[in-house]
Amino acid sequence: MNLSATGMAAAVAVGLVTALLAVIRARTAVIGAGTALTGAAAVFAGAAALAGGSFSLVLPGVLPLSGVALTLDPLGGLFVAVTGGVAVATGIYAVSYADTPDLRARGVQVALPVFVVAMVLVPAAANVATLLVCWELMALASLVLVVAEHRRGPQVASAGRWYAVMTHLGFMSVLIGLMVFVAHAPDDSFTALREAGRHLSPAVAGVVFVAALAGFGSKAGIVPLHAWLPRAHPEAPSHVSALMSAAMVNLGVYGLVRVGVDLLGGGAAWWWLLVLALGALSAVYGILQAAMSSDLKRLLGQSTTENMGLVLIGVGAAGLFASFGDHTLAALALTAALLHVVGHAAFKTLLFLAAGSVLHATGSRDLDALGGLRPVMPVTTAAFGLGALAASALPPGTAFVSEWLLLQALIHGLPAGGVTAAIAMPVAVAAVALTAGLAVATFVKAFGVGFLARPRSDAASNAHESPFTMLAGMGVAAVVCVVLALWPAGILPAVQAAAGGVAVSGDVTLRLDQATGALSPLLLTLGLVAAVIVVAGVVRAVVARRVRREARLWDCGGGPMSARMEYTATSFAEPLQRVFDDVVQPELDVDVSHHQESRYLVQAVEYRRKMPDRIERRLYRPVLSVITAWGEAGRVLAPGSVHRYLGYGFYAVCGVLILLAVTR
Amino acid sequence: MSALGVVGGVVQPVLIVAGSPLLVGLMRQVRARLEGRAGAGAGQPWRDLRKLLRKERIAPRGTSEVFRFAPLVLVATTLVVAVVVPFIATESALDPVADLFAVVALLALGAVALALAGLDTGTAFGGMGASREMTILALVEPTLLVAIFALSVRVGSTNLGAIVSSTLHDPARVISPASLLAAVALIVVIVAETGRIPVDNPSTHLELTMVHEAMVLEYAGPDLALVELASAMRLSVFLGLLANLFAPWGIATEATPLAVLIGVLALVVKVGVLGGLLAAAEVFVAKLRLFRVPELLAGSFLLALLAVAASFFLV
Amino acid sequence: MLSLWRKILRTGRVAEPPPPLPEGDRPEGAAVLGGSVQIRHVDAGSCNGCEIEIGSAFGPVHDGERYGARLVASPRHADALLVTGVVTRNMAEPLRRTFDAVPAPKLVVAVGDCARNCGVFAGAYGVAGAVRDVVPVDVEIPGCPPRPEAIVEGLRKLTGR
Ligand code: SF4
Repeated sequence: MNLSATGMAAAVAVGLVTALLAVIRARTAVIGAGTALTGAAAVFAGAAALAGGSFSLVLPGVLPLSGVALTLDPLGGLFVAVTGGVAVATGIYAVSYADTPDLRARGVQVALPVFVVAMVLVPAAANVATLLVCWELMALASLVLVVAEHRRGPQVASAGRWYAVMTHLGFMSVLIGLMVFVAHAPDDSFTALREAGRHLSPAVAGVVFVAALAGFGSKAGIVPLHAWLPRAHPEAPSHVSALMSAAMVNLGVYGLVRVGVDLLGGGAAWWWLLVLALGALSAVYGILQAAMSSDLKRLLGQSTTENMGLVLIGVGAAGLFASFGDHTLAALALTAALLHVVGHAAFKTLLFLAAGSVLHATGSRDLDALGGLRPVMPVTTAAFGLGALAASALPPGTAFVSEWLLLQALIHGLPAGGVTAAIAMPVAVAAVALTAGLAVATFVKAFGVGFLARPRSDAASNAHESPFTMLAGMGVAAVVCVVLALWPAGILPAVQAAAGGVAVSGDVTLRLDQATGALSPLLLTLGLVAAVIVVAGVVRAVVARRVRREARLWDCGGGPMSARMEYTATSFAEPLQRVFDDVVQPELDVDVSHHQESRYLVQAVEYRRKMPDRIERRLYRPVLSVITAWGEAGRVLAPGSVHRYLGYGFYAVCGVLILLAVTR
Repeated sequence: MSALGVVGGVVQPVLIVAGSPLLVGLMRQVRARLEGRAGAGAGQPWRDLRKLLRKERIAPRGTSEVFRFAPLVLVATTLVVAVVVPFIATESALDPVADLFAVVALLALGAVALALAGLDTGTAFGGMGASREMTILALVEPTLLVAIFALSVRVGSTNLGAIVSSTLHDPARVISPASLLAAVALIVVIVAETGRIPVDNPSTHLELTMVHEAMVLEYAGPDLALVELASAMRLSVFLGLLANLFAPWGIATEATPLAVLIGVLALVVKVGVLGGLLAAAEVFVAKLRLFRVPELLAGSFLLALLAVAASFFLV
Repeated sequence: MLSLWRKILRTGRVAEPPPPLPEGDRPEGAAVLGGSVQIRHVDAGSCNGCEIEIGSAFGPVHDGERYGARLVASPRHADALLVTGVVTRNMAEPLRRTFDAVPAPKLVVAVGDCARNCGVFAGAYGVAGAVRDVVPVDVEIPGCPPRPEAIVEGLRKLTGR
């Protein structure tokens, strides 16, 4: 048994024992610690696999068909390690966060470690049966967790329904795709599929790929299959949101890379152009929705769609370059995408945990009611600030490095691939750029409005800092964010091992192997810090008066200013909303009520703005109404009369008999 | 790190810090003369800064560290850019930072710091300025990056040193359609990023039309001095970038005193001329309504896309 | 655009040659400003006659800016307040707050007879007093309204240029 196998075994064992403990007696501290330990073991297993110690294991009798088969190669190892890392932070965090009546319920406690174990097993599955079983286990466990706080209101149940339906439609899509694939292979192990994938006819391969893309894409929250994501992520408890948003959605990307790149072995250029286009669409649409959102956790969920879009741009570009035969560039693009997966996992964990801390302290995730948290929740504020910096692709942030690599791959891809690339690459660069710009605006809004300035509600002004374990959970994620931002070279070998090619090298400075291009986040940060110190020193030396006089805010001499005069998240997003009016199509509702005595005197003006998801409205509503109509028709057939049902049976038997008589 | 890089890394920030208020003074002077006024002289911004440094510091009630540190971060980001970008010498003091994307992101970081400070005050005007600034920033980004794409695709690198030296060796490239289109797109972007007319009016007194000014309404004394210095430096840095991306001639390629001196003079002349032209052009246009600005930026984005297309199809 | 350009060329410079530096001692605190005075204008209750003259003092002909004075948008940016009109009851407190918002060292210029001694509004029911009664005044510029030359002269006492 090598290191990675030991790690996996430990992760599964600890996870299942924790779940068993929860069945016997649910105690949040034990469950949290157990989940964190599971995660730590998974990190260990993944790291060992990335270092080259892969293993495989076949247990024939455990499952029907071909049994359980597990293996851990570098690609799977990366995702196992990322999942484990997220589980460590959320496990620690859950010790005190999950200590509420709703979350102490036994079923919920059991689901948490099971969810983590399922997520750890998915990238380790080595045949279709194992993959699908773990996939389904993951979906069910997360569903239980999403609806854990169903007492809070009907919207939780509604989110759960959306999630259940969409995740199972996705599952069916994956199932169909893989079954078509398996039909052309001797058995359902990945080794056999890999071999069969080379001889597949383009049409069959295309069907398999598109079905897999739809299924895995819906898990990753890719537009237009994202509708569950902004519902389920905000309604789930925050540590579950973190697990789903930072770990589970990644597995959609994993599935796509596994099936498309590994098992099908590349494929046609149009596959990857499709991926690229969907990625670009998701990135821009996701961040646009987030920029308009004033619900803190919804905003983070929509930003997950955005980040998965960026990852898919990288994956799509990698596949495209590979189909042109440029494998170094493909490795660069895939490295960028996977690095973004890792970075996104770190900062999204941090952000969701910080948002959970705010929710814990104020009971609100409405940005328009928050603000002024800096003096009362300094650690949470710092954590969210760090996460926001990491998410907005600004130096010295985590996403900056991966987006830089992604842009480099896109730029160098222009000469590589003829007219297709000449059209796709600039558009992709523009999409990445617009996404980056809107992400900056979004996170300035979330941090500036949510945490700075003055409190906009009593709940916000009476907030308090969260207990230690919650802060510790955030601390773990924060440290990883900082390390990734300053020293990405530290995990670059691992990421490149997973991407299956080396395109970037260096320790302090990242250098592209194929082209002239270099970036050193560490030197950049040091330069920035040095510059701040120099400027502060010079200012201190030359100013005449050092003491700051405290003064009232400049309120134009009137005042005092109330919190209602502050800019809110809604007003902050107003200019952007106007610019993108045609895309988001907000629903405005202005009610003017007049005095009864005179129509000329206005009594009150009421203004409401709703920002419905346009893609959802256009795409899902018709489908839903068709299904509803179908159900209505079914109701006509089933009025509850026993006679009628007996009649149906009678006619059916007669019909079958006639059919048999005619055909025989 | 080469000798030339070190010389550039020392001389450039000094030059930019010392010269950028003079550039602002020069631009005000050009405007004053075209309006028939006498003007306060090119040294006035320096007098303003000297006075601001002598004034009292103020901490508005309810503001946090974000408000206090934002001016420092703003100046520091611009200072790092001034050190690393090849303004007077082709080599950079910190080559792994002299990447066009990194430089653009650093400048955006400064803008973000200021926007957060605007929000931190909790006044309506601070939030309004921050919101508008971020909107413009988000819309400028695609144009900026696509224009960079167009410039770097021929060179095969986004490293500034590489772009500048390649233009030096192949001057014909400057008048290619791709490069000209990218130049026009970049000029619009620079006007938007530095808050000049027609996107923003740096000398407006009307809060409702403000963008940049609205965020800094609460700053006083030395803090205000930093903010004003930084916005002057950003202007010179952007103009210097524009000058050296499209007309790098005169830039020092070796570390002799004469070459460096010529490099300094060339930069001063180029930035001075660009600044003068910008100020003169401002006299002829009125500020756009805020919601007309996206149309301007969309136009420049189209030019940038055309530039990339031209760089591919018209080689 | 061409016509504007021709107009610029035809008009040339309209600023009048600067008169000699005004006699009389500068208010203390003005020296430290070193030739740069940012001004926040406060209308404490004027009839707007003074405002028109201030506007013309900063117009092309008198060009107050050439002496280093500049109007700004926030008292935080200002070194001096330019107060016009009698201080009405509603504006007394805002004026005090505006004065408080200015970072030290700070100066106050009272423009017009109203600001100096309530002028034609003396004794009216809504008047809280002259500017001097509310905030300390350093320079007074007489006239109803004062001529732009007088305003520029008063400002030059502050800038010393
Ligand atoms: S001094 Fe004369 S012009 Fe000025 S406010 Fe008073 S009445 Fe009006």
